[in-house]
Amino acid sequence: MSENSACIVQAIGLSKQVPSGGQSLAILRNVGFAVGAGEAVAIVGASGSGKTTLLGLLAGLDTPSSGRVLIQGADLFALDEDARAALRGRLVGFVFQSFQLLPALTALENVMLPMELVGARHARDAALSLLARVGLADRMHHYPKQLSGGEQQRVAIARAFAGNPALLLADEPTGNLDPETGESIADLMFQLNREQRTTLLLVTHDEALSQRCHRRLRLHGGVLLADERI
Amino acid sequence: MSLNGFPLAAKLLLRDWRSGELRVLAAALVIAVASMATVGFFADRVERGLTVEANRLLGADLVGVFDRPPPLSWSQEAHRLGLRTNATVRFPSMAVHGERSLLVDVKAVDPGYPLRGALLLAPAPGGAADVARGIPKPGTVWVEERLLPRLGIGVGDAVGLGEARLKVAGILVREPDSGTGLSFLGPRILLNAADLPATGLIQEGSRIQYRLLVAGPIGAVERFRDWASALLAAGQRIEDIREARPEIRGALERAERFLGLASLVAVALAGVALALAARRHLQRHLDACALLRCWGASQSRILGLFAQQFLLLGLVAGLLGVLLGLAGQQALGLLLRELIATDLPAPGPLPALQGMTMGLVLLLACVLPPLIALSKVSPLRVLRRELGFPGMGGVAAYGLAGACMAGLILWEAQDASVGGWVLGGMAGLLAAVSGLGWLFLRLTGRLAAEFPLPWRFGLANLRRRALGSVIQMAALALGIMALLLLTLVRGDLLASWKGTLPADAPNQFLVSIQADQLQPLRAFFAGNGLAAPVFHPMVRGRLVAINQRPVSSADYADDRAKRLVDREFNLSWSRQLQDDNRIVAGRWWKPEEADRRLLSLEEGIAQTLGIRMGDSLTYDLAGTRIELKVSNLRQVDWDSFRVNFFAMTPPGVLEGFPVSYVTSFHLSRAAAGVMDRLVRDFPNVLAIDVAATVARVQEIMDQVARAVEFVFLFTLLAGVAVLYAAVGATRDERVYEAAVLRTLGASARQLRAAQFAEFFAIGMFAGMLAAVGASVTAYVLSSQVFHLPFRFNPWLWVTGPLAGGAGVAAAGWLATRGGMRHPPLWAFRNAA
Repeated sequence: MSENSACIVQAIGLSKQVPSGGQSLAILRNVGFAVGAGEAVAIVGASGSGKTTLLGLLAGLDTPSSGRVLIQGADLFALDEDARAALRGRLVGFVFQSFQLLPALTALENVMLPMELVGARHARDAALSLLARVGLADRMHHYPKQLSGGEQQRVAIARAFAGNPALLLADEPTGNLDPETGESIADLMFQLNREQRTTLLLVTHDEALSQRCHRRLRLHGGVLLADERI
Repeated sequence: MSLNGFPLAAKLLLRDWRSGELRVLAAALVIAVASMATVGFFADRVERGLTVEANRLLGADLVGVFDRPPPLSWSQEAHRLGLRTNATVRFPSMAVHGERSLLVDVKAVDPGYPLRGALLLAPAPGGAADVARGIPKPGTVWVEERLLPRLGIGVGDAVGLGEARLKVAGILVREPDSGTGLSFLGPRILLNAADLPATGLIQEGSRIQYRLLVAGPIGAVERFRDWASALLAAGQRIEDIREARPEIRGALERAERFLGLASLVAVALAGVALALAARRHLQRHLDACALLRCWGASQSRILGLFAQQFLLLGLVAGLLGVLLGLAGQQALGLLLRELIATDLPAPGPLPALQGMTMGLVLLLACVLPPLIALSKVSPLRVLRRELGFPGMGGVAAYGLAGACMAGLILWEAQDASVGGWVLGGMAGLLAAVSGLGWLFLRLTGRLAAEFPLPWRFGLANLRRRALGSVIQMAALALGIMALLLLTLVRGDLLASWKGTLPADAPNQFLVSIQADQLQPLRAFFAGNGLAAPVFHPMVRGRLVAINQRPVSSADYADDRAKRLVDREFNLSWSRQLQDDNRIVAGRWWKPEEADRRLLSLEEGIAQTLGIRMGDSLTYDLAGTRIELKVSNLRQVDWDSFRVNFFAMTPPGVLEGFPVSYVTSFHLSRAAAGVMDRLVRDFPNVLAIDVAATVARVQEIMDQVARAVEFVFLFTLLAGVAVLYAAVGATRDERVYEAAVLRTLGASARQLRAAQFAEFFAIGMFAGMLAAVGASVTAYVLSSQVFHLPFRFNPWLWVTGPLAGGAGVAAAGWLATRGGMRHPPLWAFRNAA
């Protein structure tokens, strides 16, 4: 696949080994694929298949043993850690299985924080409108521990979309939620994905969730077994 | 990077504060600054107050001493600086009544005398003394009581002084500057300077000492001292209390050390509390940092954001601490007003500034290492929570933090030796605790199988958190050690100090005793039911050469050195070293070294005159030269009021020279009449009464002891803060674990027992180490810093482990009680 700008993420020959008991354990082996703008792609596989490691590498949170990741054409690992961080700040949003809301901040403040970090004006207004869109306008002054799991994840999604990212990476976004709540969270993510033309890349072992994506990358034992269009 | 850093940092700080995240850290910082500022303010005021108090013994803040009338420019300059002055004239003379005459010490004063302190006056011998208003009216004198029986007169009778006859109008019980300067010639006669011309005693060639007393605001006195020091000519010198009275100087210096030590321990403890609180605070921000990294914040950005937050926190908490310190010292001042007879001067602005600065430096030192570690947090933590705290903050960060802390302690100590001992003690203790703590964990691991389940679980917990447990034990040991030092050792030290000047400290000196009077004097003492004191032989001589090179005062720039060379030395001999002397170089002579021409020199005088071990000193003793080799240097406790000599030889060296004897002894107030009889029976013996001075020094010691105890109270608070922070350091984990165990079916009783086991074990072990540390510290402080006899306190070894175990168990129960009471789900939700 060519390195063109319509392609948001591109993984080329990605491998990751970690030392384990004096030997080297391969978690990812020569994984390669490309994701286009506005696409929704699920990375699926059993526990230990390397899904989360792959996501970490795609976000530049970890470094590969070999291979490259291009984000909008920029070679992620040719950059230093701070430059990777800056690139993430510009282009990437995150949703985590464990929500990762800051316990000391209210829902509103949690959504505002990434915007405040880059000195965005009207952070509060933007955060308020995002909270309204995820249906939590009336809970904005509540702290995470005062919210249910589904509500916390909705705050996390509002926060992920706050910077208007080109790429949203989600790690088991419904993994900690009951099926019904998970369903509504998925609805919300896909709705925002459509409305904001955000590329969605999510790790899940929830078949139903992966069915809603445009493509499914299946990992097994660190190897990309299949790249299926749905 | 955007430029919106500071407002953002402020916003984040405010949010943290609102959610209660910052309270422990802020409280630790406020306690730190408040205790430093309180101690700073109060010590500053007490020190200045004590100086004023001591100056009452001088009758002024500074005295110019002249052998002819003081130049007019001196009083003009003093007045220009807003200072008050008063001139006095002192000289020896004969007082006459009928057939009897007596050598007296005359002092003529101007209205306004004294500038500091007060004259105590009684209307008749044995009458109630009261503060005198003004000075003797013209034509009258106030005299010391002991003058009356010797001249056979009473109050109202006239006494002849030169050509004048003056009426005795009162009994002088105490005068502020009784013992300073001139030799003690005889009883005092105080007269109005207006009568001086009529006596006709002021003539060319008379032995007269003119004194210009100066007093006023401290700053102005300092400026005046600088001005006058530059102009000093021959026959002129400046006296202040520290130069004039070595025994008072000793008391003041020890007082300053005690107060300095109190604030020093507060700083060190506050640092430990802060370090623990800061580490916990930053640990709770790990996720936030990982997220920030995830969102594109660089390491430096994160470092900057947190640093700004801490700066803000430091400023706000520092300000609060300073205000609290100000209130605290005010309360102390009020509380102590009855105890400290001195009106404390108003607090100066310097301690406030120092408190703020020190608070910030302390915060920097405590926060930097975990902060740098925090900025290195892997963003991968957002995906993998199991990635823990990113190790150490780097050698440089710890180095800088250590340097900051060391700098603070040395600065606060104002004394390299005290600061060094405290620093070394802390470092040693931390190293020892780490090593022993590790051993302790290993040992309990082996023995654990023998314990019941809750203990097994509690001890297993300790091992699982090995690093955390060792840090906790170290902090607790330090905290308990400080508390032990403050409660037990402080008392011992103060008692030792007061012990150096016991109630029966010598208060009478007898000088110029002739050899043939020794036997009759011993008989006199026995006849009056008193133990005979030790009579020290004394030979007068002038130092004429060092290493065969003639020496003169012109060789020295230092004033004290010039005076020492110009005047005669009192040499003495002794077989044994006096027990308040300590050899600091060389060794005392052996019995077989009698007759050898050796010399033992006081350390200070050797330093002043640049004399080293092995030098040979030539003395001129009544026309005969003798060369002596310096074989040891002695440190002398001048505060003891016992007879001491700068220069001593073995027996058999000086015996052939003209010798007189000198002694000192304690005489109770009730036995005062003995001195009159003694002076009558041995008219040539010079009796010097220093009872008033000894009593004043004892009073000062009492006041200092009280002030120190109050100042230590604040240090105590810092110690409690350490305990709280140390227990709180593992609070989150414990609450979470308890929730897990309760979910698994553990009963509340089992949990409490496991927790008690854990805290009690930590506390007892820390208490044991603290007892060791406190004993060693007490020994070092006694012997190296305060030069006091060491008192071993066995209670340390009982109180340390028991109070440590019980105290930490109680504190642990209090700190985790809230978390335990909530249902497990609450704990899970609140888990950071």
